[in-house]
Amino acid sequence: MEVRVDRDTCLGTGQCMMAVPEVFDQSEDDGKVLLATASPGPGQVTAVRMAAARCPAGAITLRHDDERTKQPSASEAS
Amino acid sequence: MPKPPEVPVHRIRDGVDPVPELCRTAAQTPLVRDDGPGANDWVVTGREEVRAVLGDAQRFTTRPPAETAEASRRLVEPGNLLQYDPPEHTRLRQMLTPEFTVRRMRRMEPLIEKIVEERLDVLERAGKPADLMRHFARPVPGLVGCALVGVPRDDQAELARTLDIRSSGRAKKNIQAMKAFNAYMVRMVAQRRRAPGDDLLSMLILGHGEELDDKELGGVCASLVAGGFENAAEMLALGTLVLLEHPDQLQLLRERPELMDRAVEELLRYVSVVSTASPRTALADVPMGGQVVKAGDLVDVSLFAANRIQPPGAPPDRLDITREQTNHLAFGHGIHFCVGAALARMELRIAYAALLRRFPDLRLAVPLGELRFRPLAPQYGLEALPVTW
Repeated sequence: MEVRVDRDTCLGTGQCMMAVPEVFDQSEDDGKVLLATASPGPGQVTAVRMAAARCPAGAITLRHDDERTKQPSASEAS
Repeated sequence: MPKPPEVPVHRIRDGVDPVPELCRTAAQTPLVRDDGPGANDWVVTGREEVRAVLGDAQRFTTRPPAETAEASRRLVEPGNLLQYDPPEHTRLRQMLTPEFTVRRMRRMEPLIEKIVEERLDVLERAGKPADLMRHFARPVPGLVGCALVGVPRDDQAELARTLDIRSSGRAKKNIQAMKAFNAYMVRMVAQRRRAPGDDLLSMLILGHGEELDDKELGGVCASLVAGGFENAAEMLALGTLVLLEHPDQLQLLRERPELMDRAVEELLRYVSVVSTASPRTALADVPMGGQVVKAGDLVDVSLFAANRIQPPGAPPDRLDITREQTNHLAFGHGIHFCVGAALARMELRIAYAALLRRFPDLRLAVPLGELRFRPLAPQYGLEALPVTW
């Protein structure tokens, strides 16, 4: 799984950071999301999926491994 | 005697629970036309539809309804984020976001703990039976909100009285109180411009004092303190009531205090203190749930129904503090998602825990049927919550 966040739409509610601090962080400057890692470990996949579903701004998107193999360029995006 | 105002069915509750009529309607259709007296055009109750409306600020505006877009813009209260659309909303919200980060809120934890303990002392000294609302549920969020924004301690009692009038649900007094409250905040802006401190208002002035005038800054603070205070106060009281009415869940929480975070989320969902989000006006024709919301229609969005009414065939709704929350809508959804959610969660967690620790035998002092609820206030609420211990 690869996680992407859209800082333009992020509202900075910090919900994702509270749910999965190993993956999501919150900037002290603008309050918006920062990624601690874009590739969560297998134990975090469910929590990350839930965090994406509950993000009030819809700013978290997930790309699954099977899709990534079809689109190798995805791993280059930051 | 004036005729009591008609209460729309999605605002009626049985205690904190939905009434059968709302459950029946919601089971039939995710949104229903409401032609009742004084009602808005639509009530949306379906979970997906609620998320769709709240998540679509392009087609659903929270600006006060008026004949023309221009007239509607003129009605917006300066600084009240809930009534702003993008891009103005985005600009203002981005100024506030850094002040409400999870880390910054956590730094307020010791202060909140102190306020909570002080108010528990007051409640205990008041002697049993005592009104939890008056001695605890209202003062705690009021004092926290004042401290956050930077209201001097000497002014807090007077301000609390104003807020109390505002939340009493009587329209005329309510408007006067809100005006007085706003005027106070505008005066405080002028004072902080001269002598900034380390509070939220001073931070806003230091960062954005050139872009925002006193009215806007005062309005931002007033809407934050008033909204946050009222929602948190009622949530504190109603959450306590729900626990007292579910002795098995209360017992479980007492035995396993580590469940508190989950319990807070479950109580937020179960109480859904903001029953209905700020009304939206459709800016275009929007097909939804087999019907069409027409441009100009006013839409009520029931967070309460979305959180509490189960789809047909699903097991009945019940309070379960061990529930792993998926995504309740108590704080809303989309661009108007509660800016103070992290603060509210922390406040509730600290306050419920301290209350249960202080009073191991806390219980209602009157039968449930004697409690008086406030169905018409912007947030569902209680006139008083008499408890004993």
